[in-house]
Amino acid sequence: MPSFVNPEKCDGCKALDKTACQYICPNDLMVLNKDLMKAYNRAPEMCWECYNCVKICPTQAVECRGYADFVPMGASVTPMRSTDSIMWTVKFRSGQVKRFKFPIRTTPEGSAVPDGGFGDGSGDIKDFTLHTEPASLGLDAVVTKK
Amino acid sequence: MQNFENVEITTDLLIIGGGMSASGAAFEAAYWAKKNGLKVTVVDKAAMDRSGAVAMGLSAINQYVGIKDGDNTVEDYVKYVKQDLMGIARDDLVFSIARHVDSSVHLFEKWGLPIWKDENGGYVHEGRWQLMINGESYKVIVAEAAKNSMKNLGDDGQILERVFLVEPLMDGERIAGAVGFSVRENKFYVIKAKAVMSLMGGAVHVFRPRSTGEGLGRAWYPPWNSGSSTYFCAKAGAELTCQEVRFIPVRFKDGYGPVGAWFLLFKSRATNAFGGEYMVERKAELDKWKPYGVVKPIPANLRNWLGMMDINDGLGPIYMRTEEAIQNIANQYKDDEKEFKKKMKELEAEAWEDFLDMTISQAILWAASDVQPEEKSSEIAAAEPYFIGSHSGASGAWVSGPQDLAPAEYFWGYENMSTIKGLFCAGDASGASSHKFSSGSHAEGRIAAKAAIRFILDNNSQPNVDAGAVEKLKATILAPLKIFEENKGKTTDPDINPNYIRPKMFMFRLQKIMDEYAAGVTANFSTNKPCLDRALELLGWLKTDSANLAAEDLHELMRCWENIQRMWQAEVHVRTILFREETRWPGYYRRADFPEMKDDWKVFANAIWHPAKGEWEMVKRPVIELT
Ligand SMILES: Cc1cc2nc3c(=O)[nH]c(=O)nc-3n(C[C@H](O)[C@H](O)[C@H](O)COP(=O)(O)OP(=O)(O)OC[C@H]3O[C@@H](n4cnc5c(N)ncnc54)[C@H](O)[C@@H]3O)c2cc1C
Ligand code: SF4
Ligand code: SF4
Repeated sequence: MPSFVNPEKCDGCKALDKTACQYICPNDLMVLNKDLMKAYNRAPEMCWECYNCVKICPTQAVECRGYADFVPMGASVTPMRSTDSIMWTVKFRSGQVKRFKFPIRTTPEGSAVPDGGFGDGSGDIKDFTLHTEPASLGLDAVVTKK
Repeated sequence: MQNFENVEITTDLLIIGGGMSASGAAFEAAYWAKKNGLKVTVVDKAAMDRSGAVAMGLSAINQYVGIKDGDNTVEDYVKYVKQDLMGIARDDLVFSIARHVDSSVHLFEKWGLPIWKDENGGYVHEGRWQLMINGESYKVIVAEAAKNSMKNLGDDGQILERVFLVEPLMDGERIAGAVGFSVRENKFYVIKAKAVMSLMGGAVHVFRPRSTGEGLGRAWYPPWNSGSSTYFCAKAGAELTCQEVRFIPVRFKDGYGPVGAWFLLFKSRATNAFGGEYMVERKAELDKWKPYGVVKPIPANLRNWLGMMDINDGLGPIYMRTEEAIQNIANQYKDDEKEFKKKMKELEAEAWEDFLDMTISQAILWAASDVQPEEKSSEIAAAEPYFIGSHSGASGAWVSGPQDLAPAEYFWGYENMSTIKGLFCAGDASGASSHKFSSGSHAEGRIAAKAAIRFILDNNSQPNVDAGAVEKLKATILAPLKIFEENKGKTTDPDINPNYIRPKMFMFRLQKIMDEYAAGVTANFSTNKPCLDRALELLGWLKTDSANLAAEDLHELMRCWENIQRMWQAEVHVRTILFREETRWPGYYRRADFPEMKDDWKVFANAIWHPAKGEWEMVKRPVIELT
């Protein structure tokens, strides 16, 4: 279901240097109405429901509701994303609620070390190894044709 | 029209795209560029943290060979891909990706991606090649590593976001850069480079989807990749391959939730509405597609085809028998209620994570329809066609293989270089090397990036760019803004104006042509020469009318060019289906006038756009087995 914005919770990200939902949408849909200082989805029928605007909003002002042309009403799926895990609350049409929690990363945000501790590898621009290989393959050499 | 400032950038390697292959390319290129004092510029139309097909996350890594554990060999993977694509695949390219993909996966884990482990620390497999992951932040982590690697270049490393690149710049037969525009400010970008990597993903919304209201956005493939790779490479004059090999996924209907976990983890069956199992009942049909139909695993397109035959015979809907699968598991634990409850809790979390990590709409649809998988089965259906050469489709550019693997016919200097000097492709942008998926696209981006740096060191002169040509391209690219401005006042409704067409209606017009005449859903995935000729006629008028596209703002200007790119992807698709006079992938499309598979067509059907003449050339290339 396309995303929508709750005007009571949206403050237009005025405290931030950029409008978070507008920054993140892969399809350039979330836009800030500068007069009202409220965001909105400018083309709901082109929204994939990837939830990135929902997850990034600092005030939880963005939610999704099922595509009106095939999803029955009354359900909701809501994420609470922290730095190492995400908690999902799934509310069924019947009112039943299921909760799930999944890990999302094993290292602190921003800390990915490019060579992963495998070292640079051969450093030879002409051979068929890639940066960090063969150590990152767990082999002594890159495989070639027998 | 507002005047657009030109932003001129001169770099050594230009990486266009910010997805899985581009993240691999940036990670790799930054290392080799630093060693050799070169500059790297990455350009993404969106925000790299969440752009491309993995923007939402994934629940499985679909390509891991496990060479170090002795599970499988690279040759096993080459055989698997050749079999699944009905004999049409570049063994050298598949081998090249499969021998490196494990290192990308091991790096993902070090960077922070949680990969499921069993009790003795081995990866948990969903199937022979697939690993289960907690993949909500998969793309965030892979983009982070690419950005951190690029930081090592200091000022020589630059990542531009929200810039949409449209056309290649050429210096004779060699690529010289690219031009495009910002979707945030009135800026026209002219980027000059010694080598260019086209890593802009595949294409969606070329065909009319099943849901056309608000649900238009819920295609299986994300709506933001529009065939930019195919368009960019075609306009540069690069040879394209397998443009007829579209991909039709069979997924949970409307929500498009993945079915992998239910088939592989739950061991669920798919049956028609009367309980018949088409994979068993229609076994005889598979003999018609020898040798591929009689060798396990049965090719994805043939599995599709048997299900489609049931639908054609009125035996639909087709169901994923979730309730039966769960009952079978219950029977295994019938004397251990506690253990069964524990197992069921585990499996339920896995089933829901499969949706929540990568297709949240399916979770919403199940919740909104009060689905209890243990009580009732759920419908699965074939989607409309997509162009995704990194998955079970094969479309992309015709690129060179590595020197140690490629026969002479497949080698021209630098692995993953297209037939245009200095233009490199990977991921959905490189063809005939299917089943690379997210991990293989990352690895192929790395392979192509190292080769591109080697190409720059061997050809270290800045190609020249003709300023006049740039101004002409600028005028053409920005024209829709001018057309809207000049004509919008001539009617009282900006959408209804005889002087222009807006991109949304242009897209619907394209989708209708393809759906009805080029084997879309409405045509039951079947076509023939008269229909294909009609499609070309209608596409011809559409191409002429594309000069009248109008755009009110930068967002709509991007939509204009996205849909021109979709139109080019559509045209080369139709021409290649027309050229191949046989049916080889019945579950992807069928030629009613050439219903059988023919040995003399066990070749690549390639297409070349000749910019100077303004014509397409179709050419056959041999399929050479990797011995
Ligand atoms: C629905 C779906 C499910 C999938 N499931 C799995 C799975 O479970 N496991 C798995 O391993 N793989 C899976 N895949 C495959 C995987 O997502 C792809 O193989 C991979 O993303 C391809 O990488 P790519 O770099 O070619 O394209 P993408 O990752 O899509 O990246 C394309 C990039 O190009 C940028 N771009 C596009 N046009 C332009 C332009 N004109 N100018 C500038 N930038 C541009 C985009 O912003 C994006 O950054 C799935 C794919 C889809 C669509
Ligand atoms: S991110 Fe949230 S608070 Fe900020 S503009 Fe968007 S909806 Fe409003
Ligand atoms: S759900 Fe995704 S596609 Fe839709 S508006 Fe939000 S970020 Fe954009």
